[in-house]
Amino acid sequence: MKKQKRWGLYFFLTPVLLWLFLLIVLPHIDLLIMSFRSETIDGKAIWSPANYLNFFEEPIYWLTFVRTAVYSILVTFLTFVIALPLAFYITKVVAPRFQGFLLVLLLLPFWVSELVRVYGWMILLRESGVINHFMIKLGFLNQPVEMLYRDSTMILGLVYTSMLFMVVPIVSVLESLDNSLIEAAYDLGANMWTILFKIVIPHATPGIVSGSIVVFMLTLGNYLTPNLMGGKNSLWFTEQIYNQFIASFNWNQGSAFGFLLLVLSSLVVWLGLKLTKQNLRKVVQ
Amino acid sequence: MQIDLSVQNVTKRFDEFVAVDHVSFEVPDGQFFSILGPSGCGKTTLLRMIAGLTEPTEGEIEIRGQSMLGIAPNKRPVNLIFQHLALFPMMNVGENIAFGLKRRAESKSAIREKVDVILERVDLAGFGAKKIDQLSGGQKQRVAIARCLVLEPAVLLLDEPLGALDLKLREQMKVELKLLQAKVGTTFVYITHDQSEALVMSDHVAVMNKGVFEQIDSPKNLYNSPQTPFVAQFVGDNNAWSGRIRQCDQDAADVETSEGNVFRTKLREPLQSGDEVDLFLRPEAMLIQPDPSLAELNRFEVIVKDILFDGANSRLLAHPLDADTELLIALPQTRQFDYIRKHDKIEIGWDQKSGICFARS
Repeated sequence: MKKQKRWGLYFFLTPVLLWLFLLIVLPHIDLLIMSFRSETIDGKAIWSPANYLNFFEEPIYWLTFVRTAVYSILVTFLTFVIALPLAFYITKVVAPRFQGFLLVLLLLPFWVSELVRVYGWMILLRESGVINHFMIKLGFLNQPVEMLYRDSTMILGLVYTSMLFMVVPIVSVLESLDNSLIEAAYDLGANMWTILFKIVIPHATPGIVSGSIVVFMLTLGNYLTPNLMGGKNSLWFTEQIYNQFIASFNWNQGSAFGFLLLVLSSLVVWLGLKLTKQNLRKVVQ
Repeated sequence: MQIDLSVQNVTKRFDEFVAVDHVSFEVPDGQFFSILGPSGCGKTTLLRMIAGLTEPTEGEIEIRGQSMLGIAPNKRPVNLIFQHLALFPMMNVGENIAFGLKRRAESKSAIREKVDVILERVDLAGFGAKKIDQLSGGQKQRVAIARCLVLEPAVLLLDEPLGALDLKLREQMKVELKLLQAKVGTTFVYITHDQSEALVMSDHVAVMNKGVFEQIDSPKNLYNSPQTPFVAQFVGDNNAWSGRIRQCDQDAADVETSEGNVFRTKLREPLQSGDEVDLFLRPEAMLIQPDPSLAELNRFEVIVKDILFDGANSRLLAHPLDADTELLIALPQTRQFDYIRKHDKIEIGWDQKSGICFARS
């Protein structure tokens, strides 16, 4: 009996362990080793921290890095600001029979790939695009304006892409918020803002934090949206990594950048958890 | 006497459904007023309209002479204790109680002082730093009451707050709540479906059914002289017969019940012979094996179907000789009737003044 149980455990655990080890741990170890290797002028591979030193010596690298981090945090915050009222509306305001419908509406754009969605935005926003066309027709603009390839457009795209990952966890925590708590606060003299900051947000914190972690990580590691909507002006750190691997064929430098990004995202998430006094186990649930 | 709460002709419709139908009542200062009704009778809707969480379709609500129409709940001098208390789990006891005071932007020292005073008053001194989930049911109850009382509302509304407690605690809280109300002197409006809660605690009780008030009276009058058949059946237990008046005088009549017994009963309103009536009789109005010397008793024989032992509240379940109408008869636990067994035939007698007779509408 006991033997059988153990056999079952191994049977189901093995694929997971293999997957974790072969596809995640092993490549990362390889990347880590690579990031500490570099070639001398005569082509000999040696151990050296040169790849990491490059990052700090070349301003374009670390400026892009900081920019990516700051914009990712901004995108996460904007997504949260839009998602909270949305989630509140879906869970508490709208009639229950429309809830499912609204969630499906939210999910619908995610049935097509990110690439198609981004191209959709480009069709709307580009100089010869739909919005410009109507603005000129209606007389708001005299000549078309290029709305793509700006930081603001890129942020718009990133927020749009991340929306669902923030709304869903917040909807699920708000569903467990007893309406009478809101009514009790209202009855005791609180206004809308006090209810929001004293009752709704404290209750929703685990959902907000888990949504924020997902959105932050996805944004930080996003390649497509910054590249297509931000154009050449909006540098994103993933583009630097891509350039090192593909354009310069410098895998050692690329892996060093990759590790820096990993450290950055772990650090920001850890800080976020500390600041909101949440622990990871509670948030992941 | 100052009127704290005045409700005039208040109606609430949800589409076609009329939840509250032209209800009017007044509650004087310092009174414990209960609204008693079965679930779904509209009592919670009525309470929510007083609190401001729902707007009435028609009618006027005044608190201390001021119209409350269009005034948001956070601006009204009333507070509501919710059915499940709605204590804020993200705050401790002290913060819960201070919540309303902070909204009024009172000074920190004043808030601390008031919280301490009210905690003492509800016998929870020193509980300020406890978390809500560390409290027992009765303690949570008292925190919820303290959280509202600390704001010194003109009227405190309570929405079946004892419903979630177990029986023993409920009995204890009933008495506690009544004593607390007497101590603080705040006007309480209490809604419940439990008639014993309403009768024990209240100065006045309104019985509500299908959106209308059937009767507003003191608990004693409600029990002893119900004005409608619904009140007679809902407040306390009652045995019901349907019958027809055979012959009647000014204030008494002979009623022939559908199973053929003829009872003499007093009348609350003049009726004519031949009228269809409903006759109600309390279980304790029926005497078991009455002394033969007692005249003017309605006497009839029943067969004991079962003995429902419940301490001081024990009953006999019986039926008349040739009918299967069920009757509840109070069984005093004086050991005098210990000889009664199932299937025994016993004589029952009741005084004509105990009968409550309504014309069938």
